[in-house]
Amino acid sequence: MSGTGVEIRDVARRFGPGAAALDGVSLSVRPGEFVALLGPSGSGKTTLLRILGGLDHADAGSVAIGGRDMAGVPARERGIGFVFQSYALFRHMDVFSNVAFGLRVRRRNRPPAAEIAERVRRLLSLVQIPEMERRYPDQLSGGQRQRVALARALAIEPSLLLLDEPFGALDAQVRKDLRLWLRGLQEEVGITTILVTHDQDEAMEVADRVAVMRAGRIAQFGTPDALLENPADAFVAGFLGEANRLLCTVRAGVAHFEGDALPPLPVQAPEGRALAFIRPHELLARAAPDGPFTLRALRPAGPGTRLVVTGPRGSFDAVAAPDAPLPRRGEPCALEAQAARIFPA
Amino acid sequence: MTTARAHRDPLPGFGLSLGVTLAWLSLIVLVPLSALALRPWELGVSGVIRALSDARVLAALRLSFGSALLSALANLPLGLLVAWVLVRMRFPGRRLLDAMVDLPFALPTAVAGLALTALFAPNGWLGAPLKEIGVAVAYTPFGVFVAMMFVGLPFAVRTVEPVLRDLGTEAEEAAATLGAGRAQALVRVVLPALAPALLTGFGLAFARAVGEYGSVIFIAGNRPMVSEIAPLLIVQRLEAFDYAGAAAIGLAMLAVSFLALLLLGLVQAWLRPGRRG
Repeated sequence: MSGTGVEIRDVARRFGPGAAALDGVSLSVRPGEFVALLGPSGSGKTTLLRILGGLDHADAGSVAIGGRDMAGVPARERGIGFVFQSYALFRHMDVFSNVAFGLRVRRRNRPPAAEIAERVRRLLSLVQIPEMERRYPDQLSGGQRQRVALARALAIEPSLLLLDEPFGALDAQVRKDLRLWLRGLQEEVGITTILVTHDQDEAMEVADRVAVMRAGRIAQFGTPDALLENPADAFVAGFLGEANRLLCTVRAGVAHFEGDALPPLPVQAPEGRALAFIRPHELLARAAPDGPFTLRALRPAGPGTRLVVTGPRGSFDAVAAPDAPLPRRGEPCALEAQAARIFPA
Repeated sequence: MTTARAHRDPLPGFGLSLGVTLAWLSLIVLVPLSALALRPWELGVSGVIRALSDARVLAALRLSFGSALLSALANLPLGLLVAWVLVRMRFPGRRLLDAMVDLPFALPTAVAGLALTALFAPNGWLGAPLKEIGVAVAYTPFGVFVAMMFVGLPFAVRTVEPVLRDLGTEAEEAAATLGAGRAQALVRVVLPALAPALLTGFGLAFARAVGEYGSVIFIAGNRPMVSEIAPLLIVQRLEAFDYAGAAAIGLAMLAVSFLALLLLGLVQAWLRPGRRG
């Protein structure tokens, strides 16, 4: 199995009157790449995935997979692995039959039964549930169903794997384990993969590149590092990672924060009113008898203890300044921003 | 004391609910049916055998169960189609159609019988053109079949509909992405998922058709050996004060119906996935 590239050009889709579900989306995915479509619900990410899979059609624009234009090609002829959010396992079939389905329904070059059995068993050990082949979906845990859905999609040796919120229904620890495992599996198989998620941790952790979607458009497409360091706009900055938001005014290359809550910070931004995004690790708190903030909570997190401070402008996540003693709960303190991303307000 | 409590079933009221169920079931179903089962034997074993081996009785039983079976079979694809249209398609008048499906439930069966007879009589709206091509419906066994289909259809529709709604389209979409054609998705994914509901609908439509009296007697014409159903024969025996003879036919119907429903239940249990072993 090797991956193919995907070229999406100006794809638009509209369901009835009102806002378009997709409003001119272009995206280029390289062979073997792992791309995440990240956005809030209603941003069009699942619609885009369904169009790629042939389960929905684009009103305008084109989709090419492996250099071949997909217009008018039905889902069953695309050879794309699709994993549904609810897994969509066939409940009346056991795990073995679920995985074998894509091979058994072939009209041309259907492998002989022995070969199908061998491939199904290989896939089940690849997804690490070889002992489950006689179980029915009702008898599996959520994580096991997820693995069956994945094995079933991989059985047709797809050139492209599409995953719609694959970990949405799982609890926190299982989803963490599964997404690391999925990333390893994807590297092992080398298949081009597109994952839809609303969980920014998930996207940042597994994907080579992340496309942040908003209201039917791609707000920004880039590597997780690039997105975190240079968010294109306030939406992307707000959606990726936790960040404290603070209004400020930029004058002569210096940001003056509203109510002088923080000391002024030199920035590179156009003059005028702006919104500053400051991540917790860039916001240092130190005990100060006349500080405007009060320490409300401490959360030990390894080397950098996270602090929650409140002031007249709301609550902020910060870390303790490395050169000062750790403030105590209830103590007054002052904040200082070391860096910020500034967007016109 | 504590150990005894620990072993108790977590669902409360087991004894009470089972007790009430059994008492009520006995009063409403078991006692009347036992009376029915006991009554014929006042004729003696040979009398019962004689009453049942009468050619007219055998013909009536064959007609009753035969047409009930055929009508339930015919209602299966038809009910599935109606349920499919109601669940999957959006069109003006869908709610009207939805309400119409239940009409055979609500209509007094005699009214349905009269309406069907008027429709299918040799001079009726449908009967006249059918007569042209040489098909007689009213006053034939075919008429019995039509009336039974009419009363059984809602059962087939209403048992399949919720399951189909619950099934959604995702399993079919999954089948399509895996390379299955429309027909393959239908046969391998949709129908097996619907099979238990289809079977239940079949059983209910069959049971309803076997027990149907009012609508059938109008359209059937009730010619002995040809278009006479067993329930009608029972009524005739009763009118002739032959209570034991009537009960004998009733017992035969009871036995066959019970066996048929028991068989359906066994198939149903066998069909249920994931709960085997």
